[in-house]
Amino acid sequence: MSLLGEDQLTEDGEFVINIGPQHPSTHGVLHLKTWLNGETIVKIQPHLGYIHRSIEKMCESLSYRQYIFSTSRMDYLSAHMNNQACVLAVEKGLGIEATPRAQAIRLILAEVTRLTSHLLWWGCTGLDLGAVTPFFHAFREREALVEVIEESCGARLTQNYCVPGGVMTDLHPTFQTKLKKAVAQVKGKLDEYDELLTGNVIFEQRTKGVGFLSYDDAISYGCTGPMARASGVSCDIRKWFPYDGYDKVQFDEVIMTGGDCYTRYMVRMKEMKQSISIIEQMVDNIPEGDFLTKTKNVIKLPKGDFYQRVETARGELGVLLVSDGGSTPYRVKFRSPNFSNLSAMEHMVPGQKIGDLVAIMATIDLVIPDIDR
Amino acid sequence: MTNEELKTTVIGIVPDTNFDETGEFLTANVDAKELLPLMEELRNRKELNFNYLFCLTYVDWKSHLTMVYHLISKSHKHQLVVKVQIDDVGRPEIESVSGIWKTAIYHEREVFDLFGVKFRNHPDLRRIFLDEDWPGNPLRKNYVDENMIEL
Repeated sequence: MSLLGEDQLTEDGEFVINIGPQHPSTHGVLHLKTWLNGETIVKIQPHLGYIHRSIEKMCESLSYRQYIFSTSRMDYLSAHMNNQACVLAVEKGLGIEATPRAQAIRLILAEVTRLTSHLLWWGCTGLDLGAVTPFFHAFREREALVEVIEESCGARLTQNYCVPGGVMTDLHPTFQTKLKKAVAQVKGKLDEYDELLTGNVIFEQRTKGVGFLSYDDAISYGCTGPMARASGVSCDIRKWFPYDGYDKVQFDEVIMTGGDCYTRYMVRMKEMKQSISIIEQMVDNIPEGDFLTKTKNVIKLPKGDFYQRVETARGELGVLLVSDGGSTPYRVKFRSPNFSNLSAMEHMVPGQKIGDLVAIMATIDLVIPDIDR
Repeated sequence: MTNEELKTTVIGIVPDTNFDETGEFLTANVDAKELLPLMEELRNRKELNFNYLFCLTYVDWKSHLTMVYHLISKSHKHQLVVKVQIDDVGRPEIESVSGIWKTAIYHEREVFDLFGVKFRNHPDLRRIFLDEDWPGNPLRKNYVDENMIEL
């Protein structure tokens, strides 16, 4: 694969340039080959695979306990939700359910992870569009949440906290008090965030009406998560197919219909408030009891297909386990949200200015390891 | 639609469909040559309206290969899995569904890359993750990598 096309200037006078693959300027090692007519993008082609590790193949030789942990390295900002999907798929195969306490712990941590992910996204979006300050603000709040996670899980990013039947260890004794403090800190700052970036005239001009994705295209391209919800598609797995007790908490699915970068931004800002509300409802209501159901040391699933989906910070993650009755999966497929969201880019971007590409990339919220797997 | 109604409708389109209800989803096993007509009906009939292809994948069973399509309708909230068996293990080929759901463009490229399945009438069939000159298709069960160590 040559980096440039055959000629830098095509016969139609289009200029071919390569954007990326450089981390962090293109959000990981994303390589976009773009054809330009003046400043307008005529065609765009993402080139993928720079960090392809073939996790699906690796999983075929790992046991049902081990394969969970390789998925923390896919969407590393939603590592906990990736683990959760894998664990739920194994539990579905075994026909067991985690204890109520474990379910509540998983749910809270999933929402904390979503908050940390959205905070990082918010900081990076500001950075991409030329506002450096939001990055530091977001990381200050994110750090408080990550420390709470670290205390119980032992890791900041790749938590690996979920195991079939529950969670690995019980919560740290100070978990609840510290989490309440950290969440209150984030909650107090969200209005400040709005003042800093949301209402900013330059920010609005750079995002409003840019990168439009229609309702039908969002469905046809298989978009999920905040990106699809900004185009009016109802797709929140937490509402459609509740898992780990999401049917018992009160929250709203944020759906807006603008379809542009600004709407995608607003959806995530509103989702942060919903996550905070879920954490506040649950943090004092974690049931007492065991944090782990007993399972056999060597897990063997019955023959068949088991599909489990969860809502990560970026959309629907699906785990398809094909079992032949052995102690390792016969085939594992990860339907990753970013992969489908990225495919819509080839449709959204042509016709936009090259400067707007950065805004589009930022609001799709790409995590490249999740695409490459 | 309930699973029973779905079954009668699908049999109305493709009479010799085998159903499997043991799993989570209703699964329809169809012949490769029936795939495209069935998929078009599933997408376009108002009462079916399967507008969302949420997972497209492949399973290598050594003796044969199985293509798996997971479908859901956003308006009717019913789900269906369509499976197609391909017996030609050496040079697998199948009709592309990317004309019906655009998300299949990328997913089929992934299957082409990692399994070596050729999709007829695909608009842009290139490898997606691996280099153009990468030997073999890594997710196939008969793939041999000289650097791979058996534990």
